[in-house]
Amino acid sequence: MSFKVAAAPHGHSQKKTNQVMAWVVFALIPGVLIQSYFFGWGVWFQILIAISVAYLAESICVWARERSARQALRDNTALVTAVLLAISIPPLAPWWIIVIGTLFSIVVVKQVYGGMGQNIFNPAMAGYVLLLISFPVQMTHWLPAAPIAPYDLGVWQTLHTIIFEYTPAGYDVEQLRTTVDGISMATPLDGVKTALDQGQILSEAYQLPMMGALAGIGWQWLNLGFLLGGAILLQQRVIRWHIPVGFLAGLLIPSLLAHVFAPSIMPGPIFHALSGATMLGAFFIATDPVSAATSDRGRLLFGLLIGLLIWVIRTWGGYPDAVAFAVLLANLCVPIIDRYTRPTVYGHHSGAKHDAE
Amino acid sequence: MSEFKTLTKQGLWENNPALVQLLGLCPLLAVTASVTNALGLGLATLFVLVGSNITVSLVRQWVPQEIRIPVFVMVIATFVTIIQLLMNAYVYQLYQTLGIFIPLIVTNCAIIGRAEAYASKNKWNYAAIDGLMMGLGFAAVLVVLGGLREILGNGTLFDGAELLLGEWAKQLRIELFSLDYPLLLAILPPGAFIGMGFIIALKNRIDAKREELQASEKTVTRARVTAES
Repeated sequence: MSFKVAAAPHGHSQKKTNQVMAWVVFALIPGVLIQSYFFGWGVWFQILIAISVAYLAESICVWARERSARQALRDNTALVTAVLLAISIPPLAPWWIIVIGTLFSIVVVKQVYGGMGQNIFNPAMAGYVLLLISFPVQMTHWLPAAPIAPYDLGVWQTLHTIIFEYTPAGYDVEQLRTTVDGISMATPLDGVKTALDQGQILSEAYQLPMMGALAGIGWQWLNLGFLLGGAILLQQRVIRWHIPVGFLAGLLIPSLLAHVFAPSIMPGPIFHALSGATMLGAFFIATDPVSAATSDRGRLLFGLLIGLLIWVIRTWGGYPDAVAFAVLLANLCVPIIDRYTRPTVYGHHSGAKHDAE
Repeated sequence: MSEFKTLTKQGLWENNPALVQLLGLCPLLAVTASVTNALGLGLATLFVLVGSNITVSLVRQWVPQEIRIPVFVMVIATFVTIIQLLMNAYVYQLYQTLGIFIPLIVTNCAIIGRAEAYASKNKWNYAAIDGLMMGLGFAAVLVVLGGLREILGNGTLFDGAELLLGEWAKQLRIELFSLDYPLLLAILPPGAFIGMGFIIALKNRIDAKREELQASEKTVTRARVTAES
């Protein structure tokens, strides 16, 4: 009988990086399908452009750094970054928006910091923030969801709009957002925030045409789609529960308390959970293993911080949604979170206390 | 003569206040949205630096060691006041654009750093050259960063140069390309940080390349002169 002697760790995950990343893309499919149903064909073109640009930029950077391009392209991390960025931006945004964003994500945020596994910021969200503060007009032009959209764009019309910034019939995106009454449709988060800022109460704001049964029309299903994808990731053990749970707790508990105390001006937890990029952020963006905290307790805190920041910025900030800003701010806090949540090594005193002495 | 040469090299490249010492970052990042602003603040800083270096060097025998810092600050503040009044009188619009960053030259560590590290220990003519070269090095980085941000964010160069140089400078304005949607990030403060990072990276890259070349020649076997003040 032979006893094999092997060094720790003894438990292995059999999944390699490229498989983990492939699972992330796979789990995005329900959400992307729902997005293309409610918001048109644009998302597919955005994904296509983003992936091409990401792979091209990654190859050039890796070649310039004299590394193996084949290995860098096969780990699928650039693919995930590209897809996440492409589904975060408005589907009818002009092509150069996604090109600039992807280039910044891959070249500056990822490769300049040292490539895969070295970036301190989430590449997709850093690219998104660059786009949002540089091109606020294009980045907030979301069309109303399909059931209430004044126009129905086909594949060719969508492609034409992305390339030339207007449809073959000559409408630009601003006109496409405008209803027959001449009112341009905002996203649910934006619309409710504007209505509340104008002194309306919540029940009035919920009467807006873009509001559905739970949250915004389209947006509620989009978020449920990403929630389903997140459940797949959890079931496959691609991600662990700490970050999503922390994220949702940080967002939903404060919003529930605020809604209980001020029901007429504070949107409740269901609205927050199913609006904007909440579910995409909780399961796909905040869980980026590179830029998140490392220990379980740290991840819980990291998620809580993001959720809380989102609620604070959505409620009092200047932007309607805040997932990208919150994720970047929490990325900045990761070193200090890691420092104070270091797990105790078996047989030693508590890590942080020991360190402080 | 070699002392002057060393001072030139130190100020412009090897010990550049902005690129190597990373001093005076506050004005560096805040006002470099265009070449004109950058040049205006760079010249103001240059003037203050030369003036304060000469004065500090001249009075260095009489300044007690214990209170030298307050004395240096007083000297610097005097020159800043002079430049502020001059700019208020002659380039009023630029003075308004730069705003608080002209009085803030007093707190620019690059200036007090030179007073403390060099001028208070050396003869006035050396101190003057040191101030001139350090000031030129600082102004050069300001202008490069300003140019970078102005091109990216506005598509122009020397926009509004007439505010600093007079009416004739209107011809200096170069419109490289016209953008419907400027890259706002380049004009906003984060763009300054990112641009600064790239300029520092470029400088380090050039240094590494030069070192490589020197090493491969094998004729010269001297250690790299690292940043020292």
